[in-house]
Amino acid sequence: MKRFSSLTQTLGPLAGLLLIFSLFAIIGPESFFSSNNLETIARQTAIVGSAALGMTLVIISGGIDLSVGSIIALVTVAIAALLQAGVDPLLAALGGVGTGIVCGFANGYLITRLRVVPFIVTLGTLLVVRGAAKGFAREQKIDAPLTWLKELLAALPPGEGWRVVPWGVWLTVVLAVGVAALLIYTRLGRHIIAIGSNEQTARLCGVPVDRVKTTVYALGGFFAGVAGVLQFSRLTVGDPTVAMGVELDVIAAVVIGGGSLSGGEGSVLGTIVGALIMTVIRSGCAQMGLPNWVQEMVTGGIIVTAVAIDRWRQRRRTSDGGVVS
Amino acid sequence: MTTGSPQPRFAMRGIVKRFGATAALDGVDFAVVPGEIHALVGENGAGKSTLMKILAGALRPDGGTMHLDGSPYFPRSTHDARRAGVAMIYQELSLAPHLPVEDNVMLGMEPGVFGIRNRAAIRARTREALALLGHGAIDPRTRVRELPIAARQIVEIARALAVGCRILVLDEPTSSLALADIQQLFSVLGALREQGHAIVYISHFLEEVKQIADRYTVLRDGQTVGSGATADHSIEEIVAKMVGRRLEQMYPRSARVPGDVVLDVQKLSALPKPLDASFSLRRGEILGLAGLVGAGRTELLRALFGLAPITGGDIRLFVHRGWAPPPERWRQGAGMVSEDRATEGVALSLSIADNITMNLSRDAGRWGIVRPRRLDTSATRWIDTLGIKARGPHQKARTLSGGNQQKLALARLLHQDVDVLLLDEPTRGIDVGSKSQVYELIDRLASGDRNTGTPGRGILLVSSYLPELLGMCDRIAVMNRGRLGPARPTHEWTEHSLMLAATG
Repeated sequence: MKRFSSLTQTLGPLAGLLLIFSLFAIIGPESFFSSNNLETIARQTAIVGSAALGMTLVIISGGIDLSVGSIIALVTVAIAALLQAGVDPLLAALGGVGTGIVCGFANGYLITRLRVVPFIVTLGTLLVVRGAAKGFAREQKIDAPLTWLKELLAALPPGEGWRVVPWGVWLTVVLAVGVAALLIYTRLGRHIIAIGSNEQTARLCGVPVDRVKTTVYALGGFFAGVAGVLQFSRLTVGDPTVAMGVELDVIAAVVIGGGSLSGGEGSVLGTIVGALIMTVIRSGCAQMGLPNWVQEMVTGGIIVTAVAIDRWRQRRRTSDGGVVS
Repeated sequence: MTTGSPQPRFAMRGIVKRFGATAALDGVDFAVVPGEIHALVGENGAGKSTLMKILAGALRPDGGTMHLDGSPYFPRSTHDARRAGVAMIYQELSLAPHLPVEDNVMLGMEPGVFGIRNRAAIRARTREALALLGHGAIDPRTRVRELPIAARQIVEIARALAVGCRILVLDEPTSSLALADIQQLFSVLGALREQGHAIVYISHFLEEVKQIADRYTVLRDGQTVGSGATADHSIEEIVAKMVGRRLEQMYPRSARVPGDVVLDVQKLSALPKPLDASFSLRRGEILGLAGLVGAGRTELLRALFGLAPITGGDIRLFVHRGWAPPPERWRQGAGMVSEDRATEGVALSLSIADNITMNLSRDAGRWGIVRPRRLDTSATRWIDTLGIKARGPHQKARTLSGGNQQKLALARLLHQDVDVLLLDEPTRGIDVGSKSQVYELIDRLASGDRNTGTPGRGILLVSSYLPELLGMCDRIAVMNRGRLGPARPTHEWTEHSLMLAATG
């Protein structure tokens, strides 16, 4: 009986996704349900989704990372600059991801060394990194030669239907499985949960709290870097003003998926579902010709509703379960 | 017992610990041998928790020696102590609620290679530890937050065993357990004793001590005043050692004239405590609530003041019947001072003036407009009246001494001119000089002032310090595990009888 509770926790958002999806499939135009549109939804989810994988780890550890959008922008700029300098596309992409890791590591280092709360540190790096991107690009877009990188998130060319979705989406899927495995099978994963659940206890039990936290933010930077590569694939230029406010979408995806800002809770499946929910609403509203503001209001409502339902379920569980007699 | 005296697993000799001028511990001797459950008893403030913090590496002693299995033991941190094999199990359990049992038991020492944890080994060792405790039925995969409190405690003990602890310390382990769970815990402890573990058992409940412990050590005023086999001594004898002879302290006691009943409580219940509490409080009277920490006195006060919901019974405050939230209680003429001064009693980052005039119901003008100068005038008046040592109304509460912060909390009540004061441990953690000033103030409030025609107020005083209750109160009632006994005149009580009623 008890074993099911963690399952139902992720089933909740999944049911919500199916509900919203079938709603649009019924009331929306036929094109919504077309395989073409499904592929588009998958492509649009990939950027937020991959960044949200890192955010899942950060939020489970009881932290927050507001610098994700800025890192994405800096990464696109870095990739464009490298390509312009004639670097091999693969190396350019790796350089972009490396830039993300460096930013994330800086977040973690500052948080653990300065003992300043993550919200403030990453609010600071949000500005610093965005500024660096703009300065490095001299406040303009950086053009880059076209390479296979743009194929990562481009619509499938005819005859490639066996891939179902473009490589960039597959990359996100593989990374998602990796993060899920990290949480379940590795020491690091369990330590991340332990710190988010009860930091004092973790410290008492000999968990290297500062090192784990630094790793978590570096991983957050890594996933922001991957999101940056995908963003670049979509833009094909380096744009220092791209992905403004994306961190909020990323946080929303984690939270809709059952992540708790007080730490200890969150799941990869939930996060991916959360990211999908937001894309489906956006796509459905667009297909129905509803204006942008409707879609924004609906998304906002979903965020609050999802978390409210989650809290309500938790309260109910603690009140029928283990209470002091 | 065994032939000769076995080498103690752990021994402390002449431990001294000073905080400023006061010595919290002044020559404590304490030793535990393998295969025994050793009870550490003493009144609140006798020094038990300081001693245990030293054992756990959280505090360093100023004098004395410690040995673990014959070799010197000098932990520099709690981590150090843990590695040396000292496992502490505190009242508030320290588990990661989101993780399953197995990950909690093995946290920080997961077996595995290349960071991939070996789940099978983790589960096997968890099962083994749980089985040793006779609780093989607890599923290692269950998340801790889904377990009842009693089972969580078992998990913590299992964690201690899995680390390979040499000495297990339990601090008030039964205070939040139901009777059946206590028996279960005792059978676990009995099994560990059979396996040769050394166990320190800290408890206020002497019945339990008699039942489970082999030997006991009594602390009083920071010193070891007695120890022996529990089988050889009655509870009365142990209580006599705990209470002892004490310097008479002066408690002011003006002539008080009991007036009308201002607070009448009938069969009040709340979750989880109190249960069916009934009492009444008159003007010009101090009613004391005695009991152990966790007996439910704080919960009773919080329910009365509307900070916690009630599940049954009736409250009558002056003419107002039933439960009411704090803003209404203030208007009705009641005020409360919290036992938790730092987080609830006083807003440390605010000024004295802001603290005293906190709810602004008397100082704000029409439409809620606040005039800062008026707040300052009010605050200055109370600083003078109560003798709060401060530079002025704008000084931050954080910079005041504990005693002056407490006066600040009381000033808020006086500023609202309340007639019923609910005081929860009003002298906790303040020095002796400030204490006597607070006592004087409380006495003055209860007696009223015949010259100015100020009537006496009704005061409900919760305290864990028995001489204080006996010195200040007109009547005292004892709370024990959520149940409130009858209020009897103070002269019918002694420290001894209060202690018996609280621990029985």
